[in-house]
Amino acid sequence: MNATNQCAEMELLIQADIDGELRAAEAVSITAHRATCAHCEQTYRQLMDLKQSLRNELERHTASADFRALLQRKIAAETKAATPVKSNPVIKLPNKANTWYKRSISTFGAGAALAAGLAFFIVSPAQEPLLDAVVAEHIRSLQPGHLLDVESNDQHNVKPWFDGRLDFAPPVRNFSAQGFPLAGGRLDYLNGREVAALVYLRGKHSINLFVWPEAAEKSTLSASEFQVRNGYNSYRWHQSGMAMWIVSDLNQSELSDFVKLWDSTKL
Amino acid sequence: MIELGESASFETVALLHLDAAYNLARWLMRDSSAAEDVVQEAMLRALKYFSTFKGTNARAWILQIVRNVAYKNLRSTQEIKTVSIDSEPDENAESIPPEALIDPSDDPIATLIKQRERGYLTALLNRLPTDLRECLVLRELEDLSYNEIAEIANIPLGTVMSRLWRARRLLIEAVQQEAR
Repeated sequence: MNATNQCAEMELLIQADIDGELRAAEAVSITAHRATCAHCEQTYRQLMDLKQSLRNELERHTASADFRALLQRKIAAETKAATPVKSNPVIKLPNKANTWYKRSISTFGAGAALAAGLAFFIVSPAQEPLLDAVVAEHIRSLQPGHLLDVESNDQHNVKPWFDGRLDFAPPVRNFSAQGFPLAGGRLDYLNGREVAALVYLRGKHSINLFVWPEAAEKSTLSASEFQVRNGYNSYRWHQSGMAMWIVSDLNQSELSDFVKLWDSTKL
Repeated sequence: MIELGESASFETVALLHLDAAYNLARWLMRDSSAAEDVVQEAMLRALKYFSTFKGTNARAWILQIVRNVAYKNLRSTQEIKTVSIDSEPDENAESIPPEALIDPSDDPIATLIKQRERGYLTALLNRLPTDLRECLVLRELEDLSYNEIAEIANIPLGTVMSRLWRARRLLIEAVQQEAR
């Protein structure tokens, strides 16, 4: 019976810790408190257990292909109906010809928009769901406040941060000297498991490196190659029992340099 | 912020976030066809206002609309279980006996859950009040930050934290009680 008022205040902090909402320094102080307080340690364990179970067992529902197609048709129809004629280039033509000309242009515009939409639809899903997921995670990570759970350019801060949050130890390296400074790390969820996401900077571009344990021969992924999805370059490889996958809007040539850095690093 | 260029069409944005939208609607409505109705209405509503959308987080914006439509539909069918948004949690309904919190049960929650049939956790989550379920789904399945959840549900950050806490305590409680 060692719960104290202090512990009650700790509850939301412990929860914020397991949700990755704390800065590294705060997380460290929570860990220190847990080491001396059985009550808080138990709270932490329970929340972690529950989180793992929820993530393992709950279904993330996805829209059916039929519904996706239906919705796409509806959006296309609405877009077409709503497209104002004046947004098309209007060239002054005499009377009758004017209306005919405008109509043909607006029809063409809607057709092109529909085609572009269909192209997106056909290229993007199904074939490579994991690539979609990786790119989507990268895009999400660019949203404010989402890039980093632990913000540090010191690999010796980032690496321990992952301890206890993951069931493996991701390789963390800082390539500041080579022009790819480490910005920090984040927990992410891909391919049905928790993965480490390391964030590197190159000028104004950020690179997400997703890492999870996977033997090369057991991999369901195709061989390493650059792939482009929604304007983002991605490249994956295996190294020392880890699947490594980078995504960035950085050009392929500089990304290749980044990959070579890893390649020449002993993990 | 790079997210999506200004030229990104609504269709691209909508399809990119369709699964997130559907997942949230499905968990709120607890029914697939009701969820599709919600998503369709929300997406068409979003399309209407897309030209005025100035933010950077299109996903949160779409989920916010999905959420509003879902609540409207739930209200119209009287299915919503309201937990007052502003008031403190109802201590009678949701209080957890102090001894449960310190119960040094040796069985980890994960083990207790594994011992149950498949779908057990889903059923428990579906029994939670809608607004608590919503926060947990956004956090654990959509991996959204507290800030994003606050934006989507239109509640203060502190309320996000207390709803998540209540949702989780209720689930842990239920798992422990049913194991006894």
